[in-house]
Formats: sequence, C-alpha cells, structure tokens
Amino acid sequence: MSNSFIIGQYVPGSSIVHRLDPRTKITIIFFFVIIIFFANNLLSYGVLAFFALLSMFTTKIKISYILKGLKPVWFIVIFTFILHLLVTKDGEVLFSIFSFEVYSGALYKGLEISLRFTLLILMTSLLTLTTTPISITDGVESMLNPLRKIHFPVHELALMMSISLRFIPTLMQETEKISKAQASRGVDFRTGKMKERIKAVVPLLVPLFVSAFKRAEELAMAMEARGYNGGEGRTKFRELKLQRVDAFIFIFSALILVVFFFTRV
Amino acid sequence: MSSFIEFKHIHFKYQQGEDWALKDVSFHIEDNEWVAIIGHNGSGKSTIAKLMNGLLFPQEGEIRVQDLVVNEETIWDVRKKVGMVFQNPDNQFVGTTVVDDVAFGLENHGIPREEMITRIDNSLRAVNMEDYYNHEPHRLSGGQKQRVAIASVLAVAPELVIFDEATAMLDPKGRATIMETVQQVRETKNVSIVTITHDLNEVTFADRVIVMNEGKVWFEGTPREVFKQHEELQKIGLDTPFVTQVSRVLESKGINLVKEPINHKELMDELWTLYSIK
Ligand SMILES: Nc1ncnc2c1ncn2[C@@H]1O[C@H](COP(=O)(O)OP(=O)(O)OP(=O)(O)O)[C@@H](O)[C@H]1O
Ligand SMILES: [Mg+2]
Repeated sequence: MSNSFIIGQYVPGSSIVHRLDPRTKITIIFFFVIIIFFANNLLSYGVLAFFALLSMFTTKIKISYILKGLKPVWFIVIFTFILHLLVTKDGEVLFSIFSFEVYSGALYKGLEISLRFTLLILMTSLLTLTTTPISITDGVESMLNPLRKIHFPVHELALMMSISLRFIPTLMQETEKISKAQASRGVDFRTGKMKERIKAVVPLLVPLFVSAFKRAEELAMAMEARGYNGGEGRTKFRELKLQRVDAFIFIFSALILVVFFFTRV
Repeated sequence: MSSFIEFKHIHFKYQQGEDWALKDVSFHIEDNEWVAIIGHNGSGKSTIAKLMNGLLFPQEGEIRVQDLVVNEETIWDVRKKVGMVFQNPDNQFVGTTVVDDVAFGLENHGIPREEMITRIDNSLRAVNMEDYYNHEPHRLSGGQKQRVAIASVLAVAPELVIFDEATAMLDPKGRATIMETVQQVRETKNVSIVTITHDLNEVTFADRVIVMNEGKVWFEGTPREVFKQHEELQKIGLDTPFVTQVSRVLESKGINLVKEPINHKELMDELWTLYSIK
C-alpha cells in the first residue's frame, strides 16, 4: 500500500509521453483545461477527444489500467449527468418517466458536461501515470522560478513537496505499526458506531503526531548539519532539459489548437 | 597547535536557569585520529557533537576547527569540514531517493553538477551502496540507510566525521556492517573520526577514548587504559565488555594477565601463552 502511494499512480515506461519533459506535459494540460471550455460543437469536442485518445494510446499503458484509475470519477460523471436531466428545462420534451420530463437541452448539456469532465480527468491522470511525483515537483519548481523575482518562495515550496513525498511512505508504515499496536490493546477501528470509530482514531493520531514532530525536528537538524542554508547559492542535481521530442510535441499540439479553433462555430 | 579540533574550557547549557550540560570540557582531536566518546545517558555526548559543527554554541570557552573559531560566521565553512551521522536512519534521509539524498549536501555547498556526479559515484561506492542509486528510503534497511547517510557526509569531503550513536537503532548485523564501513573509510580517506557510542565493543577500534560523566571529561586514554578502570566505569553506569569482565574474574582468582586484552583474540592469546611466558 505504502509502495503504491509514493509513486502515486506512476507506471514506468519508455513511451514518448514518458520521456517528455514534465514542463511540457504540465503546459499542454494547462492549456487543454482552459481550451476545453471553448469547445462549442460536436466537431470541436471531437478534435479534443482525438487529442486525448491519441495521448492515451501513445503512453502504451494498458487501457484497462487507465480506466480502472478513473473509476472513482465515473460516479461523479454519472451523477452530474442525471442531475442535469432532472434540473435543466431547455428545448423540447423528449420523453417522460414517472411524470419527470426530460428535455432535449438537458440531454445535450448533460452529455457535454460529462464529456468535458471525462476528458479533463483523462488528461490529468495521463500526467500522473507517466510522470513521477518528484519530476512533477521539479517541473513545477522550474516553471514557477520567475516568481522568485517577486519573492515567492519557490525553492522552499519545492523542498516542502519533495520532503512530503519522501515521508509519506514512512508515516504510512508508522500508522500501520501504531494501529496494530493499539489494536493489540483492544482498540477497535473497524466496527461500531461512527462516533465510537472516530473516538478510536484518537489513540492513533496522537502518537502519530508526536512522532511526526520529533521527526521534523531531527530532520531539520540533520539538514542544517549538512550545510542547508536556504535556496541561496545552491546548485541543483536534478536537471531538466528540453529535448527534440518536446519541441515536436509542442508544435503538434499547436497544430491541434489551430484546427480546434477552425472547427468552432 | 596542529590539532584538527580543539575544545577550550567549554561550558554549555540548553536553557538559562538549568544546570550546565557541559562543565569545563577541554580536549582535542588530531588529524586522522579516531576518538570514541562514551558516557551514561545525558552525560553530554550529543551536546559535544552538536557543538563541533556549530549546531549549538557554547556560553563560555572556545571551539577551534583548524584555524577557524566556531561561531555564527564560520559555521558554513565548519560544516564543510565536520560531517555528522545521526542515530535515526529515517530522520536524516532528506532525498526521495538514494542519489537525491547524497546530492543534498553537495547542492547546499554549491558544488557544480558535473562534479556532483563523480562525487556521488565515489561516495556510494565507498559504502558499497552503488547498486541502490534510485532506491527510495522505504525500500532500504536501517543499516543501508545509515550507509547512505555516511555516503552523504563523505561526498562533501569532510575532514572529521562524527557518528552520534549511528549504530544504536540497528540489529547486530547492521551494526557490524556500519563498523566495517567506518573502518574502511578511515583506512582509505584522510579523515578524523569521532564515534559516540554505548557499545563498548565499538570503543576498541578507537585510538583514544574520552569518557564523559555528568557533563565533565572523566577520563581520557587508550581503550586499554579505559578498560583497566573496570570498577570505576561500572560506578558511573557503563558496562565493560565481556573480555574485560573475564580478565577481572581471572585477576580475582590470582591469575594476572600480562597486558589488558581488549578483544577476544587478545584474550585468547593471553590465555594460551600464560604458562609459557612464566
Ligand atoms: N534540547 C535540549 N533541551 C534541553 N536540555 C537538553 C536538550 N538536549 C539535551 N539536554 C540535556 O543536556 C544534557 C546532556 O544531553 P546529551 O544529549 O548531550 O546527552 P548524551 O550523552 O548524548 O545522552 P544519550 O546517551 O542519552 O544520547 C542532559 O541532561 C539532557 O537532559
Ligand atoms: Mg546522545
């Protein structure tokens, strides 16, 4: 469990999408998220769906695996779809069930929202499926770098993110250990009323917090002992370099963008 | 004058109104020397370690590292020269992977990337962890994490490495590999070593031992000289190694060994040559 958490949903691979610079992927997804709100007819949605599906196939990750990752959001998609059917009252009445009238506008709106949602989730999950959390962090750090001029703590933010990533599995292991220790003392986390279960979590959280603070203190001391003195005058080991693939993908995405704006009405 | 590090009449307390954690502590460590510091819990060992690389500053007295007086202005230079390995393997692992962790110290000191790569290679090889480049800490054993911690310190090329109970949280096998690594480091690199420990068997590797008691230097000498103080050591709450206990029992039975043995081999040699020497 802890193992799957640190790498997030990352699936190792060597596809083009895997090899792209994290900044390329983040930029493209950023624009994708904005542009999807400009789609206004079937064809323009088709262009975006084509782009998303093409990206998905390029990752060479098993489709069934990707879909499994989307499982938790299916529910939300279907829920919003049904909500639209019930609430929106545009266009003509298509049919009615149990005195509920379903309008054509509601059907279109519902389908549109669901499609948008699905495409958004698909694209963002492709990022986490093909990029390790630490390279996403590197990418974000590098992209935020200009903000240093206005004294935005970019380096600190990135360090915080990477330390969190590093300690998540450690804290998960610890949680497991403490919960076993408490279970052996008769604390029951799994059965009983909600109120009792919440109460049972207290003896889990208190030791966890105490130990996390101790860790933080020791880590801070170890970092200082190793010469950490803020971001000033620091060099970086992890290096991001844009490759030819990145340029190629950028141009390709720009082309798709142009096509997209032609298909709009 | 040629000492690598020197403590001159150091007094230190953590908070005002508390007792001194260190009282008039003076000692020095030479280039290339291995010094062990032992003492009961709370005798001030970790405090000494933290004073050595400027994590704490003394209220009275002066600490000198080569030609630098340790103070707010010199700590960054001091920390390049004095590296420290702590007790808890998890809480000193900063990077998300082994390479990142070794790189952390180098990044702090502004080492150019090209040089980082060779230094990381060399220091991981020095602790036999070169096969674990991209491992995350949760996929490593405690002993392996400590070896990475040693590599991280070595990468910065310090002249003194302090081990503050670096083996205390490891199993016997982990302890043995760390002690081997320390010996290997000492043989191959030009460094002084300070080991702080409760395990008196680890003391036998050192050139010199400083015994702390209630914030004072209680005794200073070679491991052999220290173990001769068998009864006094027990009085200040330290257990002597098995070998020392055997020779004390022999002594009480009227069998005097020629020289104080500090390990099993020496004891055996003493025993089997006991009659032939007479
Ligand atoms: N952060 C702190 N704040 C206040 N007092 C402290 C702090 N750390 C240590 N002390 C006190 O300073 C004294 C020396 O502590 P130190 O940690 O140096 O002992 P030690 O010899 O390393 O012990 P141990 O073998 O348990 O590690 C002790 O009396 C301890 O209670
Ligand atoms: Mg200590």
